[in-house]
Amino acid sequence: MNTTDVRRRRRHRVLAAAVGLLTVTTALAACGSGGSGSTEDKGGVMGPDDGATLTMWTRAATQQQSQALVGAYNKSHQNKVKLTVIPTDDYQAKVGAAAGSKSLPDILASDVVFVPNYTASGLYADITDRIDALPYGKDLAPAHMAAGTLDGRKYTVPHTIDSSVLFYNKTLYKKAGLDPEKPPTTLKEWDEQARAVDKLGGDVNGTFFGGNCGGCGVFTWWPSIWAAGEEVMNEDGTAATLDSPVAKEVYATYRGWAEDGITAPGAAEETGATWTGLFPKGTIGVMPMPSTTLGLMPGDLDFGVAAIPGPDGGQSTFVGGDSLGISATSKKAGQAWNFLAWSLGDEAQVEVLAAHKDIVARTDLAENKYAKADPRQVMINTLVAKGTTPFAEKFGQTFNDPNGPWLALMRDAVFGDPSKVDADNKAITESLKD
Amino acid sequence: MLLARSRGSGSPAPGGEPPSRSPSGTGKGRPVHRGPWWRTRPAQGIGYAAPTGVFVVVFFVVPLVLVGRISLSDWPLLAGNRGLNAPDNFTEAAGDDLLWPAVRFTLTYTALVTVLLLGLALLLALLVQETRPGTGLFRTVFFLPSALGLASASLLFLGMYSPNVGPISPLLERLGLVDGPVSFLGTPTAALWSTVALIVWKYAGFYMLILLVGLQRIPQDVYEAARMDGAGRWQTFRSITLPLLRPSLALTLLLSVTGSLLAFDQFFILTKGGPDNSTMTVVSLIYREAFQRLDLGAAAALSVVVLAVLLILNVAQFRGLRGTDT
Repeated sequence: MNTTDVRRRRRHRVLAAAVGLLTVTTALAACGSGGSGSTEDKGGVMGPDDGATLTMWTRAATQQQSQALVGAYNKSHQNKVKLTVIPTDDYQAKVGAAAGSKSLPDILASDVVFVPNYTASGLYADITDRIDALPYGKDLAPAHMAAGTLDGRKYTVPHTIDSSVLFYNKTLYKKAGLDPEKPPTTLKEWDEQARAVDKLGGDVNGTFFGGNCGGCGVFTWWPSIWAAGEEVMNEDGTAATLDSPVAKEVYATYRGWAEDGITAPGAAEETGATWTGLFPKGTIGVMPMPSTTLGLMPGDLDFGVAAIPGPDGGQSTFVGGDSLGISATSKKAGQAWNFLAWSLGDEAQVEVLAAHKDIVARTDLAENKYAKADPRQVMINTLVAKGTTPFAEKFGQTFNDPNGPWLALMRDAVFGDPSKVDADNKAITESLKD
Repeated sequence: MLLARSRGSGSPAPGGEPPSRSPSGTGKGRPVHRGPWWRTRPAQGIGYAAPTGVFVVVFFVVPLVLVGRISLSDWPLLAGNRGLNAPDNFTEAAGDDLLWPAVRFTLTYTALVTVLLLGLALLLALLVQETRPGTGLFRTVFFLPSALGLASASLLFLGMYSPNVGPISPLLERLGLVDGPVSFLGTPTAALWSTVALIVWKYAGFYMLILLVGLQRIPQDVYEAARMDGAGRWQTFRSITLPLLRPSLALTLLLSVTGSLLAFDQFFILTKGGPDNSTMTVVSLIYREAFQRLDLGAAAALSVVVLAVLLILNVAQFRGLRGTDT
């Protein structure tokens, strides 16, 4: 046998071994992971917990809650969730780009207002049957569930709930001669109290708002409109009514704060990057903020929370936060569901979320042991039932886009020419129909 | 093979060394042996250039063709391609209310930045041209901002400009230069100038370096001759320094104009196109179409137009650059 023959035989042997190995590996892989259908049965209603590594994206605005849930899940499960936090402003762009290149993570959290667009675009897998099979499926936050339902099919579950509430500084209220136990119950009282605190002078200001931030505007201004019983859009989110007399009354109050210097400096240019950073410093009297900041306040800050009122009374809140879904391209849908189902269970909702002063995503757990211990949290939990999650497929490009029509209306109404509000409202409707 | 032989054949290497026994036969002046086609010089040349060629095709040509294709299609980012719709994307882009203000703003910004940047860079280069004690320190200090990423620099300035947490506004108040908090990004004019200040701070040192190299290429004899002829400082600068620095100035001009026309990061971080869309650049508009309105077709159409404009501009500038680089 010459050298060439030996080499050829050796090559054949190696090739045969490689083919054999590949066949065995493929067979094993097929048995082990399989499609989402095969693994579903193993895990039952909760989905399998078989040591899979899952990828998940969330936005920075609600990362505290996502991190807490993922941390607790990873400690107690074989599956591991790898969480990536993306800057809130870049989230839409990142999700869009990933969806375009079919590289979405297994689990995708989304600001609830963008969910209708994502479900309509086919980003999420249909999880109707999985949700319906859950013992607590009917108790999930209704506003979030409605946002994630399309043509009767359910695509997302609530993940974190972030509603807008008034925060007021009790120390400054006392100094200004106001009753620290009597937060404003109308927009007019809010105006009076902010002006009273502002008179303290120095670094102290009456209030603050993100005047160059469309997302901040919808989150904190719209509840005052809803509290008066008015709507901001029609039901299917294709026509705006942001030129109503009530809406104009709300804008006028904010305009007064801007004109009279009742707001802290920088309200006109605040793009949303730092708007929640001022109140914890203890120099703002009363301002609306996300309820998720409740657990992040400094220990020595004496503050209270109240519902956002309408011009003459009433209460409402923007029920925001994130919804969670399994991306349509995920190969580990069963395992991803295991995380989703666990995150809605009693342990995660009470011991992870409520224990950190966050709102629970289930109506049957609103009066949990932690919420009862802090009246502020009970107030927020109760308020969620009165709040609204607006629905519009074109929400992002209309209301969150810093160059979109809603921000133009906000700025005309408060810093520019308020007579343009009617025309701006028409531009919003055009964008919603686009 | 003929070409290879004619180019490859020749006398032995200098020094009378015997012909190379290397199978490649690529040594300068060394004879090429007959062999398979892949050992010919053209084939080897292609082999050396191939990795770069593949890189260029994959990362430049393919995306360009793709952008062209997308610009002619209805291509929602989330839902995928819905077929050709030419020329809708182009006509709709032309009708966008934000387009012409964005074009005007981008041109204004480009003119401002280019004039200020080049002026300051030249001044700095002249200041540190001669080596004296401490010159090295100044050169380093001037160049240092260039080592910072643009996004980081923009975030740094965002913090410094903030009337609530930034140091500039309280400092100006304490010095008695202003009565109350300064809104650096709150009005269209202030936002524009604040961004220009950031860019000039960031890039002046980099352009200074290019001009410094140009300055040091000018022979000292020319200056000495001018001095002996009795030329003053200004006359020397005008008649010798500036003309001989033209190639470097042309290069910095090209870089500054192209960079400014494509401005995005600084506005995205500092102003988000505001207040009231007053600092919207053309690239911000492309970003908005793609990632806020999720319409890749419209974004691609705008990109194609910007590409065409930049191509024309760069060709013109390159011609000017070549004409002066003698």
